[in-house]
Parts: sequence; structure tokens; C-alpha cells
Amino acid sequence: MDNRLLPKIDNEWFRKRLLVFMLLIVAVFAVMAGRLFYLQILMGNHYRELSVNNCLRKQRIEPLRGLIFDRTGRLLVDNRPSYDLRIIPNDVRNLDETAHQLSELINADPGEIKKNVENNRGAYGYSSILVKRDISRNLMAVLLSRSYELPGIIIATGSRRNYIYDSLASHLIGYLGEITQHELNKGKYPYKQGGDMVGRYGAEKAFESQLSGVPGAKIVQVNATGNVVDVIESQPAKPGHNLYLTIDFRLQKKAESLLSDKTGAIAAIDPENGDVLAMASSPGFSQNAFVDGLNDSSWNALINDPKRPLRNKVVQGEYPPASTYKIVTAMAALEEGAMDKATTVYCPGYFKFGNRVYRCWKEEGHGRMHIVEAISQSCDVFFYQAGKRLGVDRIAEYARGCGLGGKTGIALDHEAKGLVPTAQWKKKAFGIPWQPGENLSIAIGQGYNLTTPLQMAMLISAVANNGTLYKPNIMKSVRSVQGGIVEKSGSEEAAKLPADKESLEIIKKGLYDTVNNRRGTAYWYVRSKEIDICGKTGTAQVVGRKYEDEQGEVKKKYRPHAWFIGYAPAENPQIAVSVLIEHGGGGSSVAGPVAKEMMLSYLKPGADKDTSEPGN
Amino acid sequence: MFDRRLVQYFDWWLLGLTLLLGAAGIILIHSSVNAGQHNPMSGLYIKQMCWLALGLVLMVICFLFSYRRLDRWSPAIYAGGVLLLALVPFAGVTIGGATRWLDLGGFTLQPSEPVKLAVILFLARYYARHVKPGGLGLRELIPPLFIVGIPFGLIVSQPDLGTAGLIALVAATVTIFVKIERKTFISLLVLGVIIVPLGWFMLEDYQRMRIITLFFPETDPLGSGYHVLQSKIAVGSGMLYGKGYMEGTQNILSFLPEQHTDFIFSVLAEEFGFAGSICLLILFLLLISFGLNIAHTCRDAFGTILAVGISAMIFWQAVINIGMVLGIMPVVGMPLPLVSYGGSSLVTVLIAAGLLMNISMRRFVSS
Repeated sequence: MDNRLLPKIDNEWFRKRLLVFMLLIVAVFAVMAGRLFYLQILMGNHYRELSVNNCLRKQRIEPLRGLIFDRTGRLLVDNRPSYDLRIIPNDVRNLDETAHQLSELINADPGEIKKNVENNRGAYGYSSILVKRDISRNLMAVLLSRSYELPGIIIATGSRRNYIYDSLASHLIGYLGEITQHELNKGKYPYKQGGDMVGRYGAEKAFESQLSGVPGAKIVQVNATGNVVDVIESQPAKPGHNLYLTIDFRLQKKAESLLSDKTGAIAAIDPENGDVLAMASSPGFSQNAFVDGLNDSSWNALINDPKRPLRNKVVQGEYPPASTYKIVTAMAALEEGAMDKATTVYCPGYFKFGNRVYRCWKEEGHGRMHIVEAISQSCDVFFYQAGKRLGVDRIAEYARGCGLGGKTGIALDHEAKGLVPTAQWKKKAFGIPWQPGENLSIAIGQGYNLTTPLQMAMLISAVANNGTLYKPNIMKSVRSVQGGIVEKSGSEEAAKLPADKESLEIIKKGLYDTVNNRRGTAYWYVRSKEIDICGKTGTAQVVGRKYEDEQGEVKKKYRPHAWFIGYAPAENPQIAVSVLIEHGGGGSSVAGPVAKEMMLSYLKPGADKDTSEPGN
Repeated sequence: MFDRRLVQYFDWWLLGLTLLLGAAGIILIHSSVNAGQHNPMSGLYIKQMCWLALGLVLMVICFLFSYRRLDRWSPAIYAGGVLLLALVPFAGVTIGGATRWLDLGGFTLQPSEPVKLAVILFLARYYARHVKPGGLGLRELIPPLFIVGIPFGLIVSQPDLGTAGLIALVAATVTIFVKIERKTFISLLVLGVIIVPLGWFMLEDYQRMRIITLFFPETDPLGSGYHVLQSKIAVGSGMLYGKGYMEGTQNILSFLPEQHTDFIFSVLAEEFGFAGSICLLILFLLLISFGLNIAHTCRDAFGTILAVGISAMIFWQAVINIGMVLGIMPVVGMPLPLVSYGGSSLVTVLIAAGLLMNISMRRFVSS
């Protein structure tokens, strides 16, 4: 072996050092033995008593949920104190009896109370279980006066979510709901326990982890009746972070008042970065009602309402884009070289294709049109021609490039993708091959196409900023309670529009003329003397046009959906708006003025005329 | 040729102690998972028996060859251990936010456990070549710094500050044992006293909090204080003779989440009282003294330093673990050697015991 590598060292030298080590080790063991003696012999009786009575309780300290503000720092959502009725299972003498007595006081089913307590008691049995949140002062007085008959019942001060402007931006802000047994078992919310509230919808859900905070705890000693006699140790809760949304309170309120008597959706976007300035879906709902707990009848009323109040129409509503889609068709035609700035098409009011006649919305015809005029006057015949030249699949490519047919990626649940049809898609969906005539209806947005108001808002804001398709953003910042920024939104670029500067300039000219040229479809309803508005109208047929003819007068539910998408000012746009009014009628007369109001309200807050009605 | 002296000098006492502690572990694990209501982990003590059997086989293998060969093998063993550790972030299993385990099909290995031994072996090789009566200078301390630093860093990042800290403590103990030059020792001490608080105060509040919660999840407000208190109640309520096997109320009601692993001593103290606890302390003290005695009788530096390193490892683990249960040490994840549930830890300590026996039985053999 390699013993020569191991230097000879005087063993005595090692032995002396080993002796010192041994002494130290014995000393350490003596300390531990001493500690054992102290705990088990000197303090043994004390600890034995503690272990027999089990009188140490661990109590939770609830964290305050973060507040929600708008972009300017206006408080939208806070918490207010509430008195909660809770039960400590192991302190209850007779659960059946207690449940029965309580059921009369709080008007609930005794079986439910019992089941709740049994499901949530856990192995520990000394954690309190929520029975009823936010009880009235009267009920509290009654309960306190009867606390002797009802051992194990406690009134705990808690906090309850308070939506200050109830139902404002209800779809965007969302609401809370009680955590379910299933979620608790899955461990998705590590700090939550039965009876806690978690974000269920909207930003409350999307930013749950930032808002919810971390509970604290205290260890207390209680006497035989369960009253706290001593706090042994305490660790405060960490409050949740505050959330600053990108929405502007004033503009949001404006959007909702504009939709107050309508069913529809408005999205306003900052074209510079994709920030959502306002997001309104009408009708809305009361968020506070959700926090209080809906009873079955109000819940059923909400879900059975044909106007779908719980649905965020901005991100979940899918509508035929109608003439607003002509932006996409124009882009495809210009980029593919199917048409250019000088190409003209004569519109006699109809377009013959095969053995069918496709009509323009203007029966007497537009006459000879080039592309800018075709956009501004929304000439169907011009775009039939474009559709015929392009074919469905080439249009679909550009539609996808414009962000249609896919989620925008907004931080809200249940976002709809819309639909961009292709020949292959139709074959798969219906088993029927694509008909050449369908290219024409696709080109004017009347085929199988479906888009969400948010997709159209992002598209028009990309046109406004010369081609950058942002991901819509609802979070401006997340700040700690001390005010430090925890998270900040960066404008996320999703993609570039599939169009060069020249094509976009042509399209933008068309959008400008739509509003500012006397012949433009929106001239009479949208033009403003104060700012240059650009945009595109759309009137989406819900049923065939012939149906309308037979009926004479059109019933509301057969009326078309009204679209307007646009931006302002024309130079250096500050706001892009997408408006969809379900069964509103004409895009220019119904949706247009709404969009105009939004833009004026945002850009000229002083000159805001709340009740000015555009001349009809 | 088989040398009769190998058997003659075999340390039967050490073997007996090891078996006794291992058996105590199984008995206590059985109580901790089977006392009270039905527990899904009720079969764990059988698993621990299997680990004990495997560990004993490895222990026997570890004294069949002369430990002096390990002097040559130690760099390779060390490299293998570090490689396993380096694999953990990529191929590891994550449990409770920490990635410490490698999945070996059917069971998981915690590489940081055997790495403790690999570090001790490599340090023993290095120090055996550099030890001198005057003590080691600063320059001679640089290689050990790397030997310890690499696995330390890897284990800290898992994160597992308990095991990383243990390796540092054992390494420091061995280094102090082989002696550091007086002036080097004092300057290192001064440097440490200055740097550690300075670095700590240069951090922002939230960074400090993050480090604390990262490395000591047990300091979580819902955890630490409560557990220490419950642990103290369990120990104290055992009084002189304990509440009887499987009769501990703290044990039955599962007040401690890790009572079959890190808090196993609390089960012993509650059910067997002061008498039982002192017995266990004496067993550990004997085990460590036997280890140091082996170092004492060994005639070459490598064997001596190796024996000291292994004894230091068992000492620190036992002291930190029991100190934590008794509420005089911070709560860090640290198993009680031979007693706590856990295969990697048990097998590692059994291998270490095998090495001690190896050194012991060859104390008069020169080949």
C-alpha cells in the first residue's frame, strides 16, 4: 500500500487533541441531559398538565386581502369589517342540539350546519369553522346573550370584500367565492382553509396569489370554557399586495353608462402599449351579492337571463365581425397584390357570381370605387371582388396575422377564440367542400367568421399604432402595502400585423374618410369637430335579409348587431375603442356614437357632454 | 491470507451499539405511525427494517477490505458523489418545494447523505498528507475550502441548509482537529465575525425574509413556534418514566408533523420519559466515544482523521436533532442518526459505522 504517502505523525499529539474533543462532547451531552432533566423532571408536571388538557390552541390571524385601484389610484375595492359566526367543534357539547338551535337563529338547515362542521373539523378539532359570514348586529347580540347555552360558538371579527362601486367593471374585477372542499383537498391554495374566500372570476381570480396575503398565527392558552387566557406566541399576518388595474375609473363609468340600456360590450385600449383603459359588458351584475352569497333563486335568475349578465362579452362574446372585417380583407388584397391603391371596381349595387346575385348594402350602387373609398363607404361589391380574387384561405392567413381566431392572451378566464374559417375547416366541420361563393361573404365578414370585441379592439389599436399587435394588459402594477412595486406590467408585444407601412397608410386613410368624408358611413354619427376620429362601422346580420323583408317591421331579436371599431386622434392615436351592441341595428347609428362618446370622454374630459345625442 | 487478528480485534461493542440504536429506531417509528387512529403510513417501520437490512449488508462490505484503500479511492468517490448532487437539479424529485432526491425506480435516494461521507473521506486524504504539529497555514486551507464548498453550494441551492450546514460543521471540526496555525485561526475568526453580520445588514429586509423562509420553511408563522412548543410538551409530559409505549398523547394526536423523522426523539421522550431519553443519550455518547477511541488507537493519520470525521458527523447530527426537539436549537431538517425514519440517512450512517469497524479491526495490521 501507499503507506509512504501517509506521514508518520506522533500518535501522542493526536491523542491529546482527542482528549480535548472528548471532554467537549461530554460537556455538550451533559447540557442536553440537563435540559431533559429540566423539561421532564422539574417542569414535568406543568407539561403533563398541558398535554392532558390540550389547552394550547393555534389560532389563525387572517391576512387582509389587497385593495384594487384603477390606473389613477382611485380605490375600487376594499375590505370592511364583518362579524362572523364560527364554531369550535371540540368545544361543542352536543352538535345536534347546537346545530338545531343555531338553525333557528340564522335561518339555515340544521343538517347543513352539522355537515359543514363535520367536514371541516379535521384531526385537530380546535380550529374554528365558519358557520355564517357577516352576521347582523342584532343577531350578534342574540348569540352573545345565549353563549352559555351554546358552548363552542364564537363571534370572530373578520373582513368582507367590499366593492365600492358595486357592479362597476364587474366582469373585469370579478368577485370572490368560498373555497370548495375539492380545492382544499387539491392544495391549490396552500394558505386557505374551509370557509375562506378565493378569487372566482376576473382580476380577483387572475391575481389571487398577489392579493390574498399570508395568514399569521398565534398560540394561545385557553381555559376550560375555551376562552383565551394567555397569548403565548404571535406572528402577524402578511397582508396581500394592492393591485392597480389599467382601467380608468372615469372612462369605465362612462362606458357603462353608455351601455346602461343596451346589451353589448365596449373595450378601450391604449394603442401605445395594449393597456385596457375600459372594459364594459352589459348587463353587469352585483359583485357584493356574490360575496354575501347568492341564494338559489337569484343565482338562477342570473344564469337564466337571456342577456347573459355573467358573461364578459368583451372576451367571451363571439360575433360575426361584418364590415369591420373589411380591414382584414383590404390588408390581404393590398399585401397579396390582388389590388392596389389604384384598382377600381364598379359597384352597380349587386355582384353577379355564378348563378347568384350578391347585393351591396346600398341598393342603388356606389359607382366606381377605389380601395380608400370602398373602405370608407363600406362598399360590399368592391370587397366581393377582393374576396373572389383572394379566396378564403389567403384571407384566413391575414385574419390570423391580425390576431383573430386565437386568444389574445388577456389575463381573464374563458376567453373565446372566435373563428377564422378555412376551406379545410369547413370540410372537417360540415363535410361539405368550400363553395366559391362563400369567398364573397367571408370577404365582407358575413360568413362563418366570429370575433370577440377584444380581438377587434386589439386589431384596430394595432392599425392605429402602425402595426404592433399587443397582448391586452389589465394590470398596471402590483404594490406592497408599504407602496413598493412588486410587479409591473411591461407592454408585451404579441406580433406585428402582416402589412407594410404603405398598406396601413391606405387602410388608415379609408378609416379616416369613414368618419370625416361626407360620403363615409360614419360621417353623420361619429364625426367630431374637436378631434379627428377614425374607424370602421359594421352591421352584422343575425338572420337572412329576406326575413327582414317578410316581417316588415323587424323584431328586436332579429335586428343586426352593431359594430364600431376606431381610434383617435388620427395623428398619434391615444385611444382605440371597440363597441358591439347586440341587436342594436346599424353600426354607424348605434355603435358609432358610443365609440365617439368614449373617445371624447377620454381625450377631452372637460368638454364631456353626458347627454348629447347625435342627431338622428 | 486471512488474518485471524481481524476477528480478534473486531469491535463487537460498536456493532452492538449500532444494532441497538437501529432497533430503537424501528420500535419508535412503529409507535409514531401506529399509535392512535389508523395512519396511511402505518407500514413505514417495515420499510425501515428493509433499509436497516440493506444498510447492514453494506456495512459488512465496508469492513471486508482495508480502509487504507479508501485513501486512494476517495477522489473518485468524492467525484461520484458530487456528480450525483449535480444531477439533482435536472433529474431530481421535488417534494415540498425542495429538490433533494433522485428517483431510482421504486425508491428515492438523497445524494446529500452519502456525500457527507465522501467529503469526510476526501478531507481525511488531504489532511493526512498535510497535517503537521505547527498547524495548517492559510494556503493549505484553500483546497479543503473547495472540497467542502462545491457540495455545500449544490446542497444549499436544493435548498437544504440543514445538510449543507452539517457538512460545514463536520469539515470545520475535522480541520480544527488537525490544527490550524494560531495566527491563521485568529484572522479567520475575525474575518468571519466581520463579514457575516456585514453581509446580512447589507441585504434588504425582504431579501432577508426571503432567505430565512427559503432555508428555514419551519420558521413559517404557522409552523416553528407551535411545533417547538408541542415538542417541548411531548418531552416534558413524559416525566420520569414516560406514558408507556404507544401511549403518548402528543404522539397519538399527531401534534408534530415529522414525528417519525426529525421529531422521533419526542416520541421516545414522551413514551419512555427521562429514563428512556437518558439511555438514548448514553447510547449516542458511547457510540461517539467508541468512534474517537478508534481514532485514538489507529496508527496512521488517514484512519485517525477519518474516524474523527465520522464521529463528528454522528455527534453533530445527534446534538442538533435532539437540541431541536428540546427547544434549544433552531428547527432545521436533520434526522437523528440510526433512529429517524429515512433510508438514505440510515444506510449512510451504517456505512460510516462499517468504516469505523474497518479502522478498528486493522489497527495492528500493516497491510
